[in-house]
Amino acid sequence: MEFLEQLIQQLINGISLGSIYALIALGYTMVYGIIKLINFAHGDIYMIGAYAGFFATANLGLPFVPALIVSMVVAGLIGMLIERMAYRPLRHAPKIAVLITAIGISLLLEYGGMLLFTPQPRTFPNVLESVTYHMGPFVVNSQQIIILVVSVILMVILTYVVQKTIIGKAMRAVSFDTDAAQLMGIDVDRIISATFGIGSALAAAAGVLVGIYYNSIDPLMGIMPGLKAFVAAVLGGIGIIPGAMAGGVILGVIEALVSGFISSTFRDAAAFAILIIILLFKPSGLFGKNVREKV
Amino acid sequence: MRAITKKDLKIAGACVVLYAIIEALLQMDIIGSFWELNLILIAINIIMSVSLNLINGYTGQFSLGHAGFMAVGAYVSAIITVKFHLPFLLAIIVGALGSGLLGFLIGLPTLRLNGDYLAIATLGLGEIIRIVILNIPYVGGASGFMGIPRYTNFTWAFFVCLFTLFFIKNLVNSSHGRACISIRENEIAAEAMGIDTTRYKVIAFTIGAAFAGVAGALFAHYFYIAHPASFTFMMSFNYLTMVVMGGLGSITGSIAGAVILTFVSAALASWPEWRMIVYSIVLILLMLYRPQGLFGNVELTSLSIFKRFKGGSK
Amino acid sequence: MNLLKAEKVSKVFGGLKAVSNFDIHIDKGELIGLIGPNGAGKTTAFNLLTGVYQPTTGAIEFDGKSVVGLKPFQITQGGIARTFQNIRLFSELSVLDNVKIAYHSHVEYGLVEAVLRVGRYFREEDEIEQKAIDFLKIFKLEHKKDEIAKNLPYGEQRRLEIARALAAKPKLLLLDEPAAGMNPQETQALMEMISWIRKEFGLTILLIEHDMNLVMGICERIYVLEYGSIIAHGTPNEIKNNPQVIKAYLGEEVE
Repeated sequence: MEFLEQLIQQLINGISLGSIYALIALGYTMVYGIIKLINFAHGDIYMIGAYAGFFATANLGLPFVPALIVSMVVAGLIGMLIERMAYRPLRHAPKIAVLITAIGISLLLEYGGMLLFTPQPRTFPNVLESVTYHMGPFVVNSQQIIILVVSVILMVILTYVVQKTIIGKAMRAVSFDTDAAQLMGIDVDRIISATFGIGSALAAAAGVLVGIYYNSIDPLMGIMPGLKAFVAAVLGGIGIIPGAMAGGVILGVIEALVSGFISSTFRDAAAFAILIIILLFKPSGLFGKNVREKV
Repeated sequence: MRAITKKDLKIAGACVVLYAIIEALLQMDIIGSFWELNLILIAINIIMSVSLNLINGYTGQFSLGHAGFMAVGAYVSAIITVKFHLPFLLAIIVGALGSGLLGFLIGLPTLRLNGDYLAIATLGLGEIIRIVILNIPYVGGASGFMGIPRYTNFTWAFFVCLFTLFFIKNLVNSSHGRACISIRENEIAAEAMGIDTTRYKVIAFTIGAAFAGVAGALFAHYFYIAHPASFTFMMSFNYLTMVVMGGLGSITGSIAGAVILTFVSAALASWPEWRMIVYSIVLILLMLYRPQGLFGNVELTSLSIFKRFKGGSK
Repeated sequence: MNLLKAEKVSKVFGGLKAVSNFDIHIDKGELIGLIGPNGAGKTTAFNLLTGVYQPTTGAIEFDGKSVVGLKPFQITQGGIARTFQNIRLFSELSVLDNVKIAYHSHVEYGLVEAVLRVGRYFREEDEIEQKAIDFLKIFKLEHKKDEIAKNLPYGEQRRLEIARALAAKPKLLLLDEPAAGMNPQETQALMEMISWIRKEFGLTILLIEHDMNLVMGICERIYVLEYGSIIAHGTPNEIKNNPQVIKAYLGEEVE
C-alpha cells in the first residue's frame, strides 16, 4: 500500500517536472525539425526567460501573468536575434560548424549571464502563493497545478498555431521540404525566425515556472534541463511536436520514479540511459517513423 | 631510405630539439611553473584533440563523449599507481586499455547510429560514465580520487604526446586509415568497395578512446587528483572545439587548435569572468568566417613551403 | 554453371512490392543489359544483388554460393562490384585515393604493421600505388591523379567510379546507368571502353541503362523489367521484336 502511495506521489511530482521538460523540448524539436540543428543554446534561453521573469516581477513589480508574457516576448526576441546573427549566415555551412556555433552561443549566454547577473543564485519573488493541498495521503502543491495548467494552455495554443494558422502551415511545409516550400513562395528565413521566436518563448515560460517553483535561479540553470529536454525531444521523436510533449512528461515521470525509488544521484543517469536505449532500439523516437537513406 | 621515412625522421629530430630547448628553459627556471603547467596541458590537449580527430575528423563519426574516456583513463591509471603501487608507464598502458575496452563496448552498439543521434548518444554515455564514477566509493565517489602521485612532468607529457601523434599519423596514412576516411566520405560507397564499415568505425572509436585514456592518465598524475566534475560534457565540447578550430581531418590542425585554445585560456586566466566570454566569441567568429577550421583538411607539413625542403617539386 | 543466379526474388517495402518474381541468370563472361521504364525496380534489383537490401523472398546465388543475408562489403569481397546511378565517389579525396581504397580488401598488412611501418607495409603500399596508377592509365585519368574527385568533370567522375569498382577485383561488375548524363560521343567512347575492359579483365558485366543504343549495341542478352517483374528476356533482336516489350517500354523508340 505504501508503495502504491509513493508511486502516485512520484507520478504527481513527475508530471509537473515533465511539463517543464516538455515546454523546453518543444523549442528543440521545432528548431531541429526545421533546420536540423541541435540548438545547444536553447537551455540557456530558458535561463534568460527565468531572469526576464525575475526582473519583471522583482523590479517592475508585475504580477504573474504579465511577467510571464514579458519574459516570453523578451526571450522570443533574443532567440530570433541569435538565429539572425549566428545561425542564418551558416545556413549552408557544414553541420558541425553550426553545432559548434550553438555551443559558442550557449557559453556566451551562460558566462555573459554570470557577468551581468552575477553567479550568485537569485531568489525568485513569491508572486504566487504556495498552497499545499492534502488529498488523502497525497500532497499536491498549488504551484505544481499552475505549472501543469500553464503548460497545457501553452501547448494547446501552440498546437492551434501550428495546425490552423498560415504561419503554422508554412512551418510544417518548411520542415517537410525546405526547397519545395521556398519554390512555393514561402519566405523560409522568416519562418525559421518565427520558429526560433516561438520555441524560445516556450522555454522562457518554463524558466519562469521553474523560478516560481524552486524559488531560485542562476546563470547555469539551463545546462541540465536543456540536455534533458533534448532527451525528451528524442524520446518523443525529434521534429514531432506531440512527441516532444509526451517525451517531456514521460521523462519527468521516470526521473521522479528513479529519485523516489532508487536514488536521486542516478536521476541524471536515468535520463541518459533512456536516451541511449531509445536511440538503439527506435532512433526515430516513440512517435517517429523510420526512414532510411535512398541508395 | 624512403623519402617518407626521411621526412618522419626530420620531424622527430626537430621535436627532440624542441624538447631539449624547452626542458633546458624549464631547468633554468626561465619558464616558470605557470607556463610549465600550460605546456603539459598543451601536450595532454593535443593527445585529446588528435585522438578525437581520428573519430570525428577522419572517420566522420560525431562523438561528444571524449571526456568520459579521459575520465576512465584517469581513474584506472590512478588505481594502478595508488592502490597497487605499480609503475607509471604500466598505469598509462592499463588506463589506455581500460578506456579502449570501454570504447569498444560502447562503440559496438552505438556506432550504428549516425550524425546527430550518435553525437547525442555519446554525450549521454560520457555523462553516464561520470555519474557511475561519482557513485563508486572505492575511487572516492563525489569527492574525487585523492592522493595520486605527481608522476607527470614535461618529459612524460612531451614524449607520450609525440608517440600519439606518430601512431595516429601512421594509422591514417595506411590502407586502414583510408578505410576510415572512406566512411566519412561516403559510407554506402565504402561498403560497396568491400570495406567493413562497422569494423573500422569501432576500430577508430576504440583507438580514439584508448588515447583519451592515455591523456586522462597524464592528467590525473599531474593534478594529484581525479575528480568527476573535471570530465563533464563541457570538457568534451572543449576538445571538439580544438578539433574543429584546427580543421577536421588535419593532425597539424588539431595540434594548432590545442595550442591556441590552451594559450587563450591561459592568457585569460587572470580575468576569469571574461575568459569564457572571449573564448565563446572567438569560437563563434571562427565558425562564421572559417567554418572549415584554420587548416581545412590539409596538413601543414604538406604545404608547398615544406615541400621545398625536400628538393622535389611537382 | 551460372555465375549469378537470382530466382523468384521479391522485395516488399511496407506493403509495396518493389520487385517480385525477379529471375536472372548470368553465365561467366556475359555482358547483360537490364532495362525497363522509370520506377520499374532496376536499381532495387541491383541493391538486392549487392546486399544493400535483403530480399523478402527468393534465392540469390553467386559463384555457386548463396549471398542472401551477407552484408554489402562481404558481397564485394566475394567478387561483385558496382557503380551507382547517382555517382558516389569519395568526393573530398584525390582521384588516386579513390582507387586505392578499393584495394583495401586485398591488403594483408595489419594495424600494427601500419602504425609501426614495418613488415609488409611499404611493399604493399608501393604495390597499391602502382596498381592504382595503372588503372587510372587505362581510364585516361592518370594525369588527374592528384585532383580532388569532386572537381572532375561529370564524364570523368563516371569513369573514375568504374575504375574504382574494377580495382576491387570483381568477377561480376554491376553498372547502374553508366551513360546517364553523357553526350553521344562520350556514350560511344564508354561503350568501347566497357567492351574492352570486359575482354581485358575477363569480366562478367550486368548493366542498367536507359540509352537503348548502348544496350542494343553491346549486350548479348537483355532482361526487361516492368512493375518489378521480368517481362521478357532474350537477344537484342528478340527484345526489339517482342510485342510485350514494345508495348510496355520501347513503343516509340522502335518506330
